[in-house]
Amino acid sequence: MKPFAYAKAVDAATAITLRSQFATARFLGGGTNLVDLVRQGIERPDALVDVTGLPNDRIDELADGGLSVGAAVRNTAVAKHRLVRGRYPALAQAIVSGASGQIRNMATVGGNLMQRTRCDYFYDMAANCNKRHPGSGCDAIDGFNRMHAILGTSERCIAAHPSDMCVALTALDATIHVEGTRGERSIPFDAFYHLPGDTPHIETVLQPDELITSVQIPPLGFANNSIYRKVRDRSSYAFALVSVAAAIAIADGTITAVRLALGGVAAKPWRAHVAERALLGNAATPETFRRAAEAELASARAASHNGFKIELATRTITGVLRELTEPGDAR
Amino acid sequence: MKVTQSSSETTARYAPDPATDPLRHTHGYIGKSVSRVDGVLKVTGGAHFAAEFDVEHVAYAALVCSTIAKGRVVAFDLSEAKAAPGVLVVMTHENAPTMNAPSLVNMEKPKSFAASNLPIMQTAAVRWNGQPVAVVVAETLDQAGYAASLVRVTYDEETPRLSFDDLKAEATPPTDVLGEPAEITIGDAHQALADAEVSVDALYRTPPYNHNAIEPHATIAGWNDDGSLTVFDSTQAVSGYRYTLADVFGLADDKVQVVARFVGGAFGGKTGFWQNTVLCAAASKIANRPVKLTLSRQDVFRVVGGRTVAEQRVALGARRDGTLTALIHTGTTATPDHARYAEQCTFPPRHMYAVKDLFIGQRVVNLDTVANTWMRAPGESIGTFALESAIDELAHTLKIDPIAFRRINEPTKDPTSGNEFSSRHLNEAYDRGAAQFGWHRRQAEPRSQRDGRWLIGQGVASAYYPALRFPGSARVRISADGTASVQAAANEMGMGTATAQIQCAAERLGLPMDKVAFQYGDSRLPDSPTAGGSCQTVSIVAAVHAAVEAVHRKLLTLANADDTSPLAHATFDQVDARAGGLFRTDYPNRGATYASILQRAGQEYAEAEASTAMPLELMMKYSAASYGAQFCEVRVNVESGETRVSRWLGSFDCGRVVNPKTVVSQLRGAIIMGIGMALMEETLFDERKGRIANPSLAAYHVPVNLDVPRIEIIYNDIPDPQMPLGAHGVGELGITGAAAAIANAVFNATGKRIRRLPITLDDLL
Amino acid sequence: MNDAGDNGPARPHDGTDRADDFTVRLRVNGRAHDLRLDPRVSLLDAFREHLHLTGTKKGCNQGACGACTVLADGERILSCLALAVQYDGRDLTTIEGLATDHALHPLQAAFVEHDGFQCGYCTAGQICSAIGMFNEFQDGVPSAVTANVSSPTPELTEEEIKERMSGNLCRCGAYVGICDAVRETFANKVTR
Repeated sequence: MKPFAYAKAVDAATAITLRSQFATARFLGGGTNLVDLVRQGIERPDALVDVTGLPNDRIDELADGGLSVGAAVRNTAVAKHRLVRGRYPALAQAIVSGASGQIRNMATVGGNLMQRTRCDYFYDMAANCNKRHPGSGCDAIDGFNRMHAILGTSERCIAAHPSDMCVALTALDATIHVEGTRGERSIPFDAFYHLPGDTPHIETVLQPDELITSVQIPPLGFANNSIYRKVRDRSSYAFALVSVAAAIAIADGTITAVRLALGGVAAKPWRAHVAERALLGNAATPETFRRAAEAELASARAASHNGFKIELATRTITGVLRELTEPGDAR
Repeated sequence: MKVTQSSSETTARYAPDPATDPLRHTHGYIGKSVSRVDGVLKVTGGAHFAAEFDVEHVAYAALVCSTIAKGRVVAFDLSEAKAAPGVLVVMTHENAPTMNAPSLVNMEKPKSFAASNLPIMQTAAVRWNGQPVAVVVAETLDQAGYAASLVRVTYDEETPRLSFDDLKAEATPPTDVLGEPAEITIGDAHQALADAEVSVDALYRTPPYNHNAIEPHATIAGWNDDGSLTVFDSTQAVSGYRYTLADVFGLADDKVQVVARFVGGAFGGKTGFWQNTVLCAAASKIANRPVKLTLSRQDVFRVVGGRTVAEQRVALGARRDGTLTALIHTGTTATPDHARYAEQCTFPPRHMYAVKDLFIGQRVVNLDTVANTWMRAPGESIGTFALESAIDELAHTLKIDPIAFRRINEPTKDPTSGNEFSSRHLNEAYDRGAAQFGWHRRQAEPRSQRDGRWLIGQGVASAYYPALRFPGSARVRISADGTASVQAAANEMGMGTATAQIQCAAERLGLPMDKVAFQYGDSRLPDSPTAGGSCQTVSIVAAVHAAVEAVHRKLLTLANADDTSPLAHATFDQVDARAGGLFRTDYPNRGATYASILQRAGQEYAEAEASTAMPLELMMKYSAASYGAQFCEVRVNVESGETRVSRWLGSFDCGRVVNPKTVVSQLRGAIIMGIGMALMEETLFDERKGRIANPSLAAYHVPVNLDVPRIEIIYNDIPDPQMPLGAHGVGELGITGAAAAIANAVFNATGKRIRRLPITLDDLL
Repeated sequence: MNDAGDNGPARPHDGTDRADDFTVRLRVNGRAHDLRLDPRVSLLDAFREHLHLTGTKKGCNQGACGACTVLADGERILSCLALAVQYDGRDLTTIEGLATDHALHPLQAAFVEHDGFQCGYCTAGQICSAIGMFNEFQDGVPSAVTANVSSPTPELTEEEIKERMSGNLCRCGAYVGICDAVRETFANKVTR
């Protein structure tokens, strides 16, 4: 990989200052994605600013019952935290279904948010990729695209966002707190990621000087009845073909509250707003679930090898909602 | 080249736990479960693999590989690369040493060992997407890798042949398939098929696969002051690589040494000689430093070939009573013309079923790809997928139990050669397996068994792999201190070479295991065949047998010359080896230990080297193979189509088992590779550029721990009277029949017959 | 010969010392090593090429196989994705640090007994991973097969072992032996 300078920051201000001293510095968390990208030549930073030593390595309960998760907290620590497991089980499940134990120990929350697609053509420097090289084309569109997205894609890019944790966080309406040279701001999860559109190389709203400091998860009483289900080609250590994070509340057979998000199928962590609207206030039956899922997938655009994801996603959504609402309906 | 590391682990010794070793003074090592003699080394990080020898002043190399499939390099821009920090040399065809092109692999000719006979970095020609076009040598790994990324290449492209489906109609029969005829016609199978009361006729498709041993190919090469070449490499063919390197560099055979003791998995991917070994040695020559080249995982996919794509047709005709009346099995595979390897997918039907009208034929189509090569049970793994799926389809159509169907058609002689079987007990393997697995509980009607969201099904298929033995040599030395050593240029890639050889040699010599050492992994030792075709153990055992006999004769001659020896008048057929020496069979107490014979003769040791030839007489007279019955159970999720293997039992007929512990592991390991083959593995070859799209372990899925149930293995342990010790090699048997067993189980679970691998959830939604 | 036996600075591998190299103190298997390292050097390459501790293996250099697993303060990590400069001052354990002068670590002995390996290349990673895995389990970390994440299972079942070890590929297919060795070593040590 291209040589880079390295510096370890002690706090956010230092991190931001250090980064500003280089033309193309990147913040370095656990390195589980970034080191690989630099080694492949996909990212070519002139400096890595290590932010694993920042004091945002804690998980704190907020006064309203929500959680604040520091960006430097390792994935494993989030998954094992008593309050995460108890209040947002889908988040714990999502994290432990991703990667491997070793990677989860290293990866930070901030790094997980910033991880990039694993599209084969994004990874092959000899392939045409509008993310790596705007305007060069997208070899995935007529290539091997079984792992690619069917929602939120464009004619320039059909890459899927690979994170499991992010699917749960978008279902939970988390907000991402960042700090930069112009100060702090908080960004709703669903607004953090750009769809590829004509500019697939622009993936988030983060400015070059901005550092993620924490993720805040609002209280959500019924989220203690939540699940993350991941469907993949082998039983573990594989990216999702389709994944679903869902939480639901029922009263007298009617859906009173619901959160639904999809992974493996979309260009960004996908909050299923259409499905949620189709579910809310209706009877909690398989028919309702299926119709809502179909409504969400109605805008799906299949590529040559991933059309099966439409039916698979529909069934998985339906299955997950059934599992949440029918006692004893185990997988 | 100076190696600063101790080479004491060349010698493997059995070191029993003194408190528990029951074998010290007894015979009967054959068939004992013995923990691997190299086990402690492996679990402590003490086993050195190719890239791990501490060589003084070593420099590091990185490859630059082509991004076009066919054409030529028009220009290099090396300015940035050469100026990068730490760079010593950049090698291209413009400055590489002149080297002969290697000759293609031929198991009977040790000097031919390449997977491809292309000249290596001698011309501007590019013949596949991924071909190395430059080598950068630098002081550190990171410097070499970075500088390689700075090499700019300009190509002139030609139109490559890349599409199997577009071009398969042009396929033609090869001149032979591993020395066997490409086509066999007995009777009129086409007519018999047309006349059959019941028939099936389908195409079966398998993708390209890659071996993906966890250790990437690696080489350390250095030239010595006397002009000789020393190479540490990761290879199954220690002797073969030495001869091929000598050939390529125009050196005398004794000027090349190849060391490969521990190999981190190979599965056929380290048998044929690949360009990386030569490029490392060549780079070392022009850099005038020892050079280490470890392939990246991506390089392994691009520079080393895997299993070819294949399309097979199996058509079977039968009478309603289940008697087969017609068998047609044809196959088309791909190969570039610099490999010319037609994978032998039609070998299983030549030996498996009794049928009077049979047509077997293979064709190959030339594509511009990396050389395809052997991958675990080449031919038989994909051939049994097609054949054993078709047999299951026919049995189902006939409403006959698939095991009963096979019994009806079990041959008494080899159906194509007419030879006797040296040892075949497949029916018995089925009987034992069916009982143990609970086959009678299976319901023949698909979709009959369910557990919540999971459909359950069971399937069975036959395993078949030939029992091969190749020429090998061994040297045996018995010393005056009562110990012995056995030497052979063998390698260890997981089969437990040293353990098996020490067990067998100890048995032959009548010595306890801890008095026998095995030296291996170095081409200066007596030649071994490649550890391919599951042949290494048995081939060396045969050579050791001959060498031990020769050494015993020498010792007896010494004893005969000593009037006071209890063996003074003994002839060779009057003694056997036990209790650390030679003893008369008629007067069991009369004999002498090796130590006493040698000490009395005033000699420090007696030694002999022996070589064995191809067992041609045997091959002409017998059909020798291992067989098995693979039973599997799958669970298929009704919602998602996810398929998981929940139970497995392999019941094998594979000769006498030398070491149950290691044999069971090998059989299991191959079955697991069969699970991968059936359910998840696939090399994605992008035909637009002829480039592999998924060259990583993240994008190419091999089975993980959770994918694999407790695999039960049973075997009948019936010796093959025609083989040394009655034993067969078992490294590849386990993958044969495995994919078909899974496909058959999936059919039983879902009613869906999938004939294209891998079977993925989208096939079953 | 192996110069990892000495305390203090190891000879820089290429004999040169560059201005942009860092001094990194790595405590490996109880011994401190001060190395001058290019920031690009992974922990894996620091072990293998600089300290001549070749027990930890490189399988993919991309975090997809687990062969490079070592322990950092008792936590299992992938040394191929770990930049050595990030591990300055950490306590690292590699496969070479598990046995004592007198005995193998019980897990190592169990691997030999149960044939938890064939070629041996993934073995160091499997063993270090299993030790880290057990620490995680004892610490209450759930897994993807844990039925109820809100109250993690108290039992290290076969399925839990298999899922938690799935980050370590074994192409030789020694999984059954690996599970047997792990179960024997740890299952009866579950304290929750």
